[in-house]
Amino acid sequence: MMITDVSSLLLFMVSCVLCNNYIFSRFLGCCPFLGVSSKVETAAGMGMAVMFVMALASLFTWLVYHFILVPLELTYLNTIAFILVIASLVQFVEMFMKKSMKALYSALGIYLPLITTNCAVLGAAILNINEGYGLLQSVLNGVFSAAGFLLAIVLMAGVRERLESSNIPESLKGFPISLITAGLLSVAFMGFSGLV
Amino acid sequence: MRKLGDKPSLGGVFLNGIFNENPTFRLVLGVCPTLAVTTSAINGLGMGLAATFVLLGSNVVISLLRNFIPDKVRIPAFVVVICTFVTMVQMLMQAFLPSLYDALGLFIPLIVVNCIILARAEAFASKNGVLASAMDGIGMGLGFTLALMLIGSVRELIGNGSIFGQALLGASYEPMLLLVLAPGAFITFGLLLGIINAITARSAKKKARKGGNDA
Repeated sequence: MMITDVSSLLLFMVSCVLCNNYIFSRFLGCCPFLGVSSKVETAAGMGMAVMFVMALASLFTWLVYHFILVPLELTYLNTIAFILVIASLVQFVEMFMKKSMKALYSALGIYLPLITTNCAVLGAAILNINEGYGLLQSVLNGVFSAAGFLLAIVLMAGVRERLESSNIPESLKGFPISLITAGLLSVAFMGFSGLV
Repeated sequence: MRKLGDKPSLGGVFLNGIFNENPTFRLVLGVCPTLAVTTSAINGLGMGLAATFVLLGSNVVISLLRNFIPDKVRIPAFVVVICTFVTMVQMLMQAFLPSLYDALGLFIPLIVVNCIILARAEAFASKNGVLASAMDGIGMGLGFTLALMLIGSVRELIGNGSIFGQALLGASYEPMLLLVLAPGAFITFGLLLGIINAITARSAKKKARKGGNDA
């Protein structure tokens, strides 16, 4: 899908956030989704940090791919190039925030190092190239997909806060019940699949 | 728990990855590929073997280099080693198993960020000898493969009435499509994890009772 006007932009947003949700239909970023979703505040913090990094990562990996790897005919090195770009980007963002954006750093700082190994970020970078998106659409894809991730992790955290006080069979406590909950949320998200 | 400094036997290291510290069911690492590629038993097997190859290769190389890599840059160094093997798998698969390559798609390059591999590099290969690290890589890899195959078989059997493409339940069986779709991945994995927890808890209780009688 190419973005040409406002309505196609909106359709693209709906498709990224709801129909092709990174957690519920593409299975990207499940580790932080299960690991950092026990409280709504921390889940929202993680989601915001992912959104920030994913937008920047989409921008820089696109530039690296089209201006370095393609001219040098090194496109088979894309995985290694992307992971290095993402890792250094995360490190750089962390240093920059620590210096000049104290408030944001104290809110998001602890989640930043975890994002290097979040497969949603690398996944978005590779998908942008595979789908043949332009620069603008790549960045938008990063932002919207991360918004879908934010929505999913906050929803999940809300449910898990309620699960804390409910009576669950001993062997289902922890991961198993979280996975089953995610499965039910995923059934709900399937309802959006006809929208676009 | 093993005491620090005890030399574990190679067989023990190998079995550790399959049972006691099974990466999928015990440590719950590498959840994304576990959920994404287990729509059929064969996809689970393919993904598991690809990850095993990467684990073996990265564990051996990192173990060989463990005295040369400075502590501060070890994580980027590990990632580069892992990435090399992932790119190799990707190219080999594209050349020799194109249909599996298409089925696994995005999740082959994403083996790089599979936490099992980095976790073994950090926790085992950077501290142990080459042979033990190779055993650990194979054991962990096969543990991952078996888990993926188990989940894949359950989903394929109930969602499609077959295992490894062999129809087992006959033509009158109405397949429950939900299990091969996205929600089925979460629900099957959750239930299997619950069942395994229940079995472990029961056998631990039995062992505790036996131990009590002995004393």
